[in-house]
Amino acid sequence: MSALKRILLAEDNDNDLDLTLTALGENNLANEVVVVRDGAEAWDFLRHEGQFAGRNGGNPAVVLLDLKMPKVDGLELLRRMREDARFKTVPVVVLTSSREESDIVQSYKLGVNAFVVKPVAFDQFIGAVKNLGLFWAVLNEPPPDRHQTPSHA
Amino acid sequence: MKAPRTTIQRKLITAMMLTSTAVLLLVGAVFVSHDFNSFRRFLVQTLVTRAHILAANSTAALAFQNPEDASQVLNALKTDPSVVAGALFDQRGRLFATYPMRAASEEVPDEPGPTGHRFEGSHLIVSEPVVEEGRPLGTLYLKSSLEELDNRLRVDAIVMLLAVGGSVIVAFVLSTWLQRRIAHPILALAEVARSVSERKDYSVRSQEASDDEVGILSEAFDGMLTEIQRRESEIRLLNADLERRVAVRTVELEESNKELEAFSYSVSHDLRAPLRHIDGFAELLMRHAAPMLDEKGRGHLGKISAAAKRMGTLIDDLLVFSRMGRTEMRKTSVNLAALTNDVIEELKGDAKDRNVEWKLGTIPTVQGDPNMLRLVMTNLLSNALKYSSPTKEARIEVDARSNNGELVVAVRDNGVGFDPTYTHKLFGVFQRLHGSNEFEGTGIGLANVRRIVSRHGGRTWAEGAINEGATFYFSLPK
Repeated sequence: MSALKRILLAEDNDNDLDLTLTALGENNLANEVVVVRDGAEAWDFLRHEGQFAGRNGGNPAVVLLDLKMPKVDGLELLRRMREDARFKTVPVVVLTSSREESDIVQSYKLGVNAFVVKPVAFDQFIGAVKNLGLFWAVLNEPPPDRHQTPSHA
Repeated sequence: MKAPRTTIQRKLITAMMLTSTAVLLLVGAVFVSHDFNSFRRFLVQTLVTRAHILAANSTAALAFQNPEDASQVLNALKTDPSVVAGALFDQRGRLFATYPMRAASEEVPDEPGPTGHRFEGSHLIVSEPVVEEGRPLGTLYLKSSLEELDNRLRVDAIVMLLAVGGSVIVAFVLSTWLQRRIAHPILALAEVARSVSERKDYSVRSQEASDDEVGILSEAFDGMLTEIQRRESEIRLLNADLERRVAVRTVELEESNKELEAFSYSVSHDLRAPLRHIDGFAELLMRHAAPMLDEKGRGHLGKISAAAKRMGTLIDDLLVFSRMGRTEMRKTSVNLAALTNDVIEELKGDAKDRNVEWKLGTIPTVQGDPNMLRLVMTNLLSNALKYSSPTKEARIEVDARSNNGELVVAVRDNGVGFDPTYTHKLFGVFQRLHGSNEFEGTGIGLANVRRIVSRHGGRTWAEGAINEGATFYFSLPK
């Protein structure tokens, strides 16, 4: 493996971002965490477009996805990814406040890899995010990236 | 409507034919018997008259003992072929002359017999004394055949039978014509009734203008059909209106349900996020600034965290409660005994360090939503476990009994109990009879229990006293 794959974190809320990054930081992960603030930005990142035009690196190791986001929400981004052959197999973990059954059902129907409800208690939250980072960025073997960008090739 | 066994037409014809035939036969019989009797009287009269005349003519022959004259007198009987024999006897009863002249002995008796007329077999016999000026001279004997009477009777019978036969034919024709007039309106009415009952077509009318009771019946029937038709269209209109209103209400209800769902979604998502932040940053602050804070400061931070966590729990519980009222029930057969046992096994894990005696009575299988019923048992049993924690030898019992067509399940503990004055508050949302520093809880468990049980069509209630334990009951319809 030439470089560690990145973690794409899609989160619009500053506080949540702060807490999530803190939690991920406690893992001492070597993977770079790319932060996008809504679904549209995430979509641009995945496709190397907009502000991410000409970025290097391929698909992220995992996309940590909040459901409630402006412009393009989490479920919409998930739907777009699963309909696109380039991102169909990229692991996506929904990380949300909602415990709504309809969200859970809808996410799994769209092909999410995991659905995690952010616990209110911070120690539990830290634990959950730490585990997620460890599992998806270190333990899990991501699908081979068949759609390398020219710059990476 | 099943086909009738016989028709009213047949019945009418039969009645008329029976009546007319019986009347004709009776009249015929009376007529024949009357004719027979009068003809017989006429025959007797004729023969007696003839005997009178002959007796008067025979006086000379008898007085002068002249048999030839007597034979000649008797010979006058030739004019009447019905007279088969005649004889004159003298005063001493000896045969004096006969007719025909040489009559066989079986035709003429040895003695004239008693005076008067009599019937012997198929013959009429008359014995007439021959008297001249009060002096008896002998007896005249006449024997006449009754063949004529028989003939007359035969002819009468034939005439009568012919008359009866002819009359029966006429009666049949007449009654067929008459019954048509009577039966036609009835048949039309029956046809209308049949089409009403078979096709449920209330628009048909008999339209029979008969001037008798059938006409009244037809009119009444038509009136009834008009009324039924009117009511049916009324009901249809009401139904359509009702359906329209139900549809409108359903849309309204769906809208408000959607709003409620959106609200609960928003609560679940948006209210929990700030709580998480409060707890998160309080925790981070604790990590970074703990060495700079004194005990009091650390205590405040701890309270911030605890309050945020508690509110998180409250929101979660409230969401469960609201979901219990909205989610669809999936009713199946539930083995309540096994379910209760599962819950008890789970709770035993939380009470390892406690001395609790669990008792499970006989609980039958019930109809209900297994997930919801599990929540009921979990709430009741964890309450029992929680409120019996100060008791050294805690005892928790579950049993069930049938009562008035419902199953009553009781969960009993020997814990701290409650003040029965506040029983009515037990099942309210966020209602607690104990301080949260005494027993933990959000006060939503029993509200959930009540909501679930009432959605199953059952009731919930409780009995208890302070420090004497509590019994919580719920019923499920069978």
